[in-house]
Amino acid sequence: MSGEAVLEARDLVTGYEQRQVLHGVDLSVASAEMIALLGPNGSGKSTLVRALAGVLPATNGQVLLYGKPLGSYTRREIARHIAVVPQMSSLLFSFTVLEYVMMGRTPHLGRLQGESAEDRQVAAAAMRDTDTEHLRDRPVTELSAGELQRLTITRCLAQQTPIMLLDEPTAFLDINHQLQILQLLRELNAEHGKTILCVSHDLNLTAAFFDRVALLKDGRLVADGSPEEIFTVARIEAIYGAKVLVDRTPAGRPRVTVASAPAEGERP
Amino acid sequence: MNTRGGIMVVALLVATFAVFVLSSTHGTSGMSAHKALRVMWTLASGQQAAPDIETQDITIVRDIRLPRLLLGMLVGACLAVAGVVMQAFFQNPMAAPSIIGVSAGGALGATAAIMLGFNFWLWRLSSVTVSAFVGALAVTALVYLLSRRGGRTPVGVLLLTGIAVGAMASAASSFILIAYGQGQMDRVVYWLMGSLNNADWAKVEMIWPFALLGCALVYLYGRDLNVLLLGDEQAHYLGLNVEQVKLVLLTLSSLLAAAAVAVSGVIGFIGLIIPHITRLVVGPDHRWLLPTAGLTGAVLLTLADLGARLGGEIPIGIITSMLGGPFFLYLLHKRREYEM
Repeated sequence: MSGEAVLEARDLVTGYEQRQVLHGVDLSVASAEMIALLGPNGSGKSTLVRALAGVLPATNGQVLLYGKPLGSYTRREIARHIAVVPQMSSLLFSFTVLEYVMMGRTPHLGRLQGESAEDRQVAAAAMRDTDTEHLRDRPVTELSAGELQRLTITRCLAQQTPIMLLDEPTAFLDINHQLQILQLLRELNAEHGKTILCVSHDLNLTAAFFDRVALLKDGRLVADGSPEEIFTVARIEAIYGAKVLVDRTPAGRPRVTVASAPAEGERP
Repeated sequence: MNTRGGIMVVALLVATFAVFVLSSTHGTSGMSAHKALRVMWTLASGQQAAPDIETQDITIVRDIRLPRLLLGMLVGACLAVAGVVMQAFFQNPMAAPSIIGVSAGGALGATAAIMLGFNFWLWRLSSVTVSAFVGALAVTALVYLLSRRGGRTPVGVLLLTGIAVGAMASAASSFILIAYGQGQMDRVVYWLMGSLNNADWAKVEMIWPFALLGCALVYLYGRDLNVLLLGDEQAHYLGLNVEQVKLVLLTLSSLLAAAAVAVSGVIGFIGLIIPHITRLVVGPDHRWLLPTAGLTGAVLLTLADLGARLGGEIPIGIITSMLGGPFFLYLLHKRREYEM
């Protein structure tokens, strides 16, 4: 799973008005890779996603899209290459699911241009890929959080971008819906060659679904490799400050169990 | 394709015509509807007037009823379209043009002009109209400038700034009213309640370029308005130049609302409620919502003004609020999507 870098942060420094969040991050994402971005709260994961998507400008260093600085692209051009799935979406008015998915076509359409038959086909195909066709005419305001998140991914598929960034897409979902979303991401990666970078908090789901893990702490990239390389007791304890046990799942993937801290010294 | 939208556009065009006829043929002068229609025909065709049509009849239709009717339609369309934009802009169903201080600014301008006795005419427009327009735009611009935060204009800040500056403008109006009191006070009060009874062709000529151009330009941003409802960040990710789009939309909707306020005073509820009524029928897609809301605003405001005229010149703002309030309560009661 390697190829030329499609999206790359080079010595990236950025943050908000008074607070610098990222202090020189280097991360190179190759075409058709599927990367999980991990790290404690406040380590700068969301900030990195926003910087990679060009919403937050770099104060130092740069972000390169196909080797060219992000700043040399227009907003629309970036949106034709990078789609971003947020933690949660909400809509005030009752657009239908089809209308919602169709919004993904925005960066491809001119101001006066209506959606063409081709755009409708793209939307239909996206809904087929995510198994959401049956929801087509439902108002989005009536959907569950899981359905809506699935549809946001569908909308981002309709955007037809080679790259998809996801900022904790499963943060508000139950375990079944989490699995469904991650399964979907794997399919998109394997079958459509979609380059995926996904912020996650769940170590075990990450280990099960991703081939590469990048670890952020305090605005710096501290580890980058396969789950087997990354998930060691020493590293996770150092980064998260919690006592853990690491063993293997039947499938041979690393499995992290949190040991309750006070009991640690007392019981073997 | 939006079938209900298509039907509504056709229905509204018919309703617009019906209201046009109804409104131009009814008034306090006691002229029969049939005669009024014949006068209109005489005016439109440019033919010699029939012997039973007197000069006075022509004057009533041409100089009183027609400008008032057209003014009502234009004001209604401006307020409704501005309301649609505001609700998407603020992602808030309670938003209306008044939220960014347009009404309070217009009221301050008008109050100052009346109470301080500004006495000038700008191209056939009275000092009250001109001052209200300038006041509305000045206060809106002030709200926008005070809401800038490092290159961005967060909607929450804009909303609260609008409330604060609006309150200050209202306080200034009240102060002028008290300090320079008496005499002219009822004129101010009357203006504040909104009315079309000072309609004339100069006002029509002032507002129509804003109405036509403003509505047409806003329509170009129909898809952007849809996407803005997802929030600034997601709109960004879908390729919108968010700050630029927002500045354009804010400018256009302020101009629409300011032009309306300048010629008609503060007519409440139209900008708030028409978008909701229309959304109920055609759905939230702005490419349908904008034209249908504009037409609905034109029709309903003209009807309300007809009521105002037949009711002995009640200020139209009283009628729109009296009827709009209960209807809005009904909507709130009926629709789940507002329960947030």
